[in-house]
Amino acid sequence: MKKFISILSVLVLLPLFAVAQNDGGIVRADNSKFALTNAKIYTVTNGVIENGTIIINNGIIEAVGADINIPGDAQVIDYSGQEIYPGMIDSGTRLGLSEIGSISEANDFREFGEITPNMQALTAVNPNSVAIPVTRVSGVTSTLTMPAGGPLPGTAATISLFGYTPDQMFAGSKGVVMNFPSTAQRGWRRRTPEQIEKAREKAQETINDAFDKAELYAKIKESDDARYYPEMEALAKVVNGEVLLYIEVNSAKDILSALEWIEERGYENVVLTGVAEGWRVAEEIAEAGLPVITGPVLSTPTRGSDAYDTAYKNPGLMQKAGIKVALRTMDTENSRNLPYNAGFAATYGMGREEALKAITINAAEIMGVGDQLGSIEVGKKANIFVSTGDPFQTSTKILDVFIDGYKIPMTSRHTELYDEFLNRTPGLNKNEVKVDG
Amino acid sequence: MLFLCTSVLQAQTKKGDVLIKNGTVITITDGTLENTDVLVRNGKIDRIGKNLKTPNGVEEVDATGKFVMPGIIDAHSHIAGTSINEGTSQVTAEVSMEDVVDPLDVGIYRALAGGVTSIHLMHGSANVIGGQNETLKLRWGSTNPEDLRFEGAPRTIKFALGENPTRGGRSRGIQPQSRMGVEAMLRNTFNDAIKYRDAWNAYRSNKSSRKVAPEYSLRMETMVDILEGEVLVHCHSYRADEIYMLMKVFSDFGIEKLTFQHANEAYKVAPELAEFGASASVFSDWWAYKLEVYYSTAYNAAILTENGVTTSINSDSGELIRHLFHEAAKTQKYGDLSDNEALALITLNPAKQLGIDNRVGSLEKGKDADIAIFDNHPLSIYAVPQMTFVDGVKYFDIENDVADQRIYIDPESTVEDVQILYSNDHDRCMEGANVVNFTDLFNNK
Repeated sequence: MKKFISILSVLVLLPLFAVAQNDGGIVRADNSKFALTNAKIYTVTNGVIENGTIIINNGIIEAVGADINIPGDAQVIDYSGQEIYPGMIDSGTRLGLSEIGSISEANDFREFGEITPNMQALTAVNPNSVAIPVTRVSGVTSTLTMPAGGPLPGTAATISLFGYTPDQMFAGSKGVVMNFPSTAQRGWRRRTPEQIEKAREKAQETINDAFDKAELYAKIKESDDARYYPEMEALAKVVNGEVLLYIEVNSAKDILSALEWIEERGYENVVLTGVAEGWRVAEEIAEAGLPVITGPVLSTPTRGSDAYDTAYKNPGLMQKAGIKVALRTMDTENSRNLPYNAGFAATYGMGREEALKAITINAAEIMGVGDQLGSIEVGKKANIFVSTGDPFQTSTKILDVFIDGYKIPMTSRHTELYDEFLNRTPGLNKNEVKVDG
Repeated sequence: MLFLCTSVLQAQTKKGDVLIKNGTVITITDGTLENTDVLVRNGKIDRIGKNLKTPNGVEEVDATGKFVMPGIIDAHSHIAGTSINEGTSQVTAEVSMEDVVDPLDVGIYRALAGGVTSIHLMHGSANVIGGQNETLKLRWGSTNPEDLRFEGAPRTIKFALGENPTRGGRSRGIQPQSRMGVEAMLRNTFNDAIKYRDAWNAYRSNKSSRKVAPEYSLRMETMVDILEGEVLVHCHSYRADEIYMLMKVFSDFGIEKLTFQHANEAYKVAPELAEFGASASVFSDWWAYKLEVYYSTAYNAAILTENGVTTSINSDSGELIRHLFHEAAKTQKYGDLSDNEALALITLNPAKQLGIDNRVGSLEKGKDADIAIFDNHPLSIYAVPQMTFVDGVKYFDIENDVADQRIYIDPESTVEDVQILYSNDHDRCMEGANVVNFTDLFNNK
């Protein structure tokens, strides 16, 4: 029986030997020196190169252009007729922090307490989450992975979706998450205007109190008398502008309050996230010069009275007002739908080029890693994908993905189950039914 | 008399006349026809052909460069329902969604703006045998719930297997708390229904003048109607084992028609589903929000289709319902379905599952004029729905879409009523089922 199985697996896996390193049935990522040739390359920052070549060496894009010498030791992959893009960046997810939504033991994005900015999302990222390969084979190569909860739930991290430890995945950017006091309804349970106002006041006090303390702590922390105060240690970095502050805020009224709060506090390095009603106050946001991470684009309007397509149009309206916009899915297992969120934004006013920026270079720049990610340029990390065409188009296939120079196996739970069950063996009958006579 | 009443009711809903000219007509059943006209008379498709003459008084719609397809049908929806779960018992076959239709839900208009013309308004999944569902046509603008009913559509009922009903059982300390208990409850209830039917049959055939009628039960009446094939079962299910179990139960009780809703693991028993003749109504790509959908694949619809199972893609969401054409397109990424196969998943196939394919689901002479017009091919990400017709009446026109959807402005309103929903919030299957806490509700479909 054992022998039978091994023969069977050899037969099944035989075609794979030709295209990937294989080790006992496991397809491993490959980090050779690569030359990707004859592709249409969307650099995002330097236009489109027809029939271009990209050289990847030791995780970095070493060369890109139409007329590139191919090093003798490079593994050449001919991508004639295919397109190459910088890896897509989802600027808001719980990827790695949540394995199965309904099971509390499988969720690590929420810590106890209201003021916990020292909680590190990166620590709890599970590099072996089943959702990670599912996401990256669709061309999403990096995500902003965020904690959730109270007014200051923790510190988010930008990760690239390949690596066996959180540090191997870390993509160089962290930011403290703050939930700005909300006057919006959340979920199905309705709150009265009085309940909303009471909760808002309380949350505002909590936040102000925390930042008052943090500002004081930032001044005295070098003195001998200062005690170690981990929450304030984290917030002091925001006060000093050393790490980003991601402020989640959605309704128009709350956005205006947030802009006022930011101005009063004078903090640098602030990013607005959510911003579902940004289109209503786009001029004010643009004037404040703040970048925005918005989405999901595939959302219902925030008000029953709003036009059906307001959420589709929101990113384009903000971008046209002069705001730097990045997009997010705010999803976990379906972060792979990022290109479709961008596609809807493109269709409803943003245009294809700007929508592509919103999931590549804008995202990288907003997170402060624009020198490493978000475009196909010499010296940047080799996070790229190869597709049969326009990645926003639903029927487009992603053929190959490179993350930090590694050619990633194009398999995931979803593809493996497809391969096993498309023509299941045995089918209806386990053994042939013999009919006498 | 009954016939008269029905006619009067039907006369209340509007029927339109229109000539949709020179579009690319995606019929679903008879190919895709370039530069073709669709003539609608009195709410029905009268002719499909080239260069049709415009009858007197009939409005023309120029569809040059546009795509004309059958109105999209969502086989699993909770929009336009004021409540979803009657979770007070594990069997509530006596209740019906027809009593909770809300014609003023703006979700109806938003669905029309996504090319949707019919929905299956479903009971929730809190109990093993839930309430009866209601098939609706999205006749937006009426304040009368009756006007939205899909007149003549077969009755359907919701069943539910797996985590949702067993969680309810556990929280109350009653059966079922396992998938074994779910099967037992189904078999016991059908056996009770047979006894109930036998008792009534015996009573009816009893010639004695002193006969005593058995107790009347609307719950058991509905169960008997299921046994006799008059009520179609749409069963919330995820795992392959529970799907297989229900097919065995239905085989034993001689029930032939069966649609599995969600059915994330239906792909694992696709040959068995095909053999039974059961169909599946699935998500395009939802998974991992609970344990029973952890072993899912976005290739589910494609595997089922390739195995000959009648499959539809549904929304179960007031958000997703607005772009079912995009959800259907995902089967081209995940499994290479053809354009026609992909579009059948949101038109003809859900119509078959709801027993309304003689009326809707394709563009054919004689069928209801439920039609959606797109500016690009509906499977393209760049497609924007332009017009949506039900019975030949235009209920959505992007040219007349207004920024403020309020019918009137409440002068007393003190708060800007803003609602923020994320992807995890959309599903309403367990809404109103008081067996779970608020946080659980967010995370369970």
